[in-house]
Amino acid sequence: MATHVAIDRDLCKSCGYCVDACPQQQLRIGKALNAAGYRVVEVLDERECTACKTCTVVCPEAAIGLESFDLLEAA
Amino acid sequence: MNMIYHKPEALEGHISSYCPGCLHGVAHRLVAEVIDELGIRERTLAVLPIGCATLGTNYFNVDLVVSNHGRAPAVATGYKRSRPENIVFTYQGDGDLASIGLGEILHAANRGENFTTIFINNGIYGMTGGQLAPTSLVGQKATTAPDGRDPKTMGYPLHMAELIAQLEAPVFVARFSLHRAAYILKAKAGIRKAFENQIAGRGFSFVELLSNCPTNWGLSPAESLDHIREKMIPVFPLKTFKTI
Amino acid sequence: MDRAFLKGNEAIAEAAVRAGCRFFAGYPITPQNEIPEYFSRRMPAVGGVFVQGESELASIAMVMGASCAGRRAMTSSSSPGMSLKAEGISTMAGAAVPTVIVDVARTGAGTGHIYPGQNQYAMATKAPGHGGFKVMVFAPSTVQEAVDLTYAAFDYADRDRNPVIVLADGLIGGMMEAVELPPMRDDGPDRRDWVLDGAKGRPKRVVSSIIWDGAELEAFQESRAAIYRRWAANDVRFETRELDDAEIVVVAYGTAARVAGTALKTLRAEGIKVGMIRPITVSPYPFAAFDALDYRRVRHVLSVEMCVPALMVEDVERAVGRRATVSSFGRGGGHVLSPAEVAAAVRRLVPGDAS
Repeated sequence: MATHVAIDRDLCKSCGYCVDACPQQQLRIGKALNAAGYRVVEVLDERECTACKTCTVVCPEAAIGLESFDLLEAA
Repeated sequence: MNMIYHKPEALEGHISSYCPGCLHGVAHRLVAEVIDELGIRERTLAVLPIGCATLGTNYFNVDLVVSNHGRAPAVATGYKRSRPENIVFTYQGDGDLASIGLGEILHAANRGENFTTIFINNGIYGMTGGQLAPTSLVGQKATTAPDGRDPKTMGYPLHMAELIAQLEAPVFVARFSLHRAAYILKAKAGIRKAFENQIAGRGFSFVELLSNCPTNWGLSPAESLDHIREKMIPVFPLKTFKTI
Repeated sequence: MDRAFLKGNEAIAEAAVRAGCRFFAGYPITPQNEIPEYFSRRMPAVGGVFVQGESELASIAMVMGASCAGRRAMTSSSSPGMSLKAEGISTMAGAAVPTVIVDVARTGAGTGHIYPGQNQYAMATKAPGHGGFKVMVFAPSTVQEAVDLTYAAFDYADRDRNPVIVLADGLIGGMMEAVELPPMRDDGPDRRDWVLDGAKGRPKRVVSSIIWDGAELEAFQESRAAIYRRWAANDVRFETRELDDAEIVVVAYGTAARVAGTALKTLRAEGIKVGMIRPITVSPYPFAAFDALDYRRVRHVLSVEMCVPALMVEDVERAVGRRATVSSFGRGGGHVLSPAEVAAAVRRLVPGDAS
């Protein structure tokens, strides 16, 4: 199974908690701005995500959702 | 596609009004997740304080009443006694609960009112711009303590969990912190226990959460988490003081 | 109808229970202590809730919670306690939450004294809390009227989703009189459109006196102002006596009106043409009663009050304007006016009267 990191761009406030907390170091604050003017967090490589959910635990905005999907089906 | 994690239904979908990195967001999210997991959203009332968390009217997706500054435990008492089948929680900051509302929280706890209190301790007045709070640390600077908190004239940080734990009636009194994932998960377990106590009718539960205020502490979000770990936790030990 | 011989405070509490009040929170303060005491005995029998709050401040906050939960809820206090409840009254007016507040007034500012007084007139009718809201204020002068007005107050509170004050005083609260008690109502109030019973099958509801959007807050304030105007048009209550040929008009409410009523008999026996206007609602004030006077005949209007300085006289001056001379006679310190004193005060207004 693979994991999709569903970031709700409108909710991110660039606080960086998820970036610091991600054990796989796969999150970073991007350059793109959301409607509120915050630089939004991005996933580097979704395939590295182990769905440990740490990012969802530390995010004050519940901006990160996680979904798992069957790689074979998706292909 | 199946869901591993999504924003709880007990929170509105839109962006919150809290400052970037404000742990109110985490506290709100934990309460909302517990409400969803216990399936009680449709019979829950949030009693909000006066302070930053008054903004919760736009964010919690449950019935809400905004109480006067410090009076949430009294409003909750009146509501819960009148509609005991619904679940009630007060969500209060340290100015609301430990300063102007000290009488209300102590007496509601002492009467063993069957509701749940979520106490956000970030040692400062946030909404009004950074004044000294009853839980401000010795030496901590504030807009009303420019040279730092001086115990000779401003007393010492108030230990609410310890105070409430002295009372006979409360069934669960604990302090947690929101500064790192592992601690947040423990806090969530504590919040869940508090709500389960209420559902089972066991009586009053008090959950104190060490939180932050990047804006008024003058720190970045990341630095504010260090401040909790290095400065607050030594003064406010993380512990379950009372449980049944 | 049930007849009973009851102390005013207990009669008020029983009237509330019969009006469907099923939550009371209050705090000890003389001279209203029998109200919480009565509720503490009575509520269990009717499935109601009684809480002795840790303060008047907490008590009215409890009442707000109970009202939001869908129960008819009330509190009571006396003068100093009303200062503490002011925050809660303002909040309930600002959040459109119904309640009934009974003020068994005592004399004096600060602690004043436990003796009765009418010193609460200005606070009750002009500003029972901050922010410029109004509440209906009923002023009973007998225990029976206190029962009837308390009973009615709950309907007005729910009709307007606003606090209502029943302004009694320590004498009315403390004396016993025979009363007819109204029928028991057990049907809870119909609050379907706003009660906080849980967001099940509907969007969440917020009861709050802070309304974030300025335009929405102004619209709310406009809607309340419209309600206040309707009171003046539809809900004014007052009583008049012997005004047809009156040259002097006494204005008095509550206990002072009973005393003045006795003085009227004495004065009329002496041939003095004196009449009386007794406001029963002191908010909305009965201005119409003063417009109905024939000012070719009425030369003097005397506000008789159990408080120093006199307070209602300011409304009497507004009501009369320059159409007649307005003055006041009052006793403070908790002295209950005597008919003789009132009669003497009126005699001094009779032209050429040397006594």
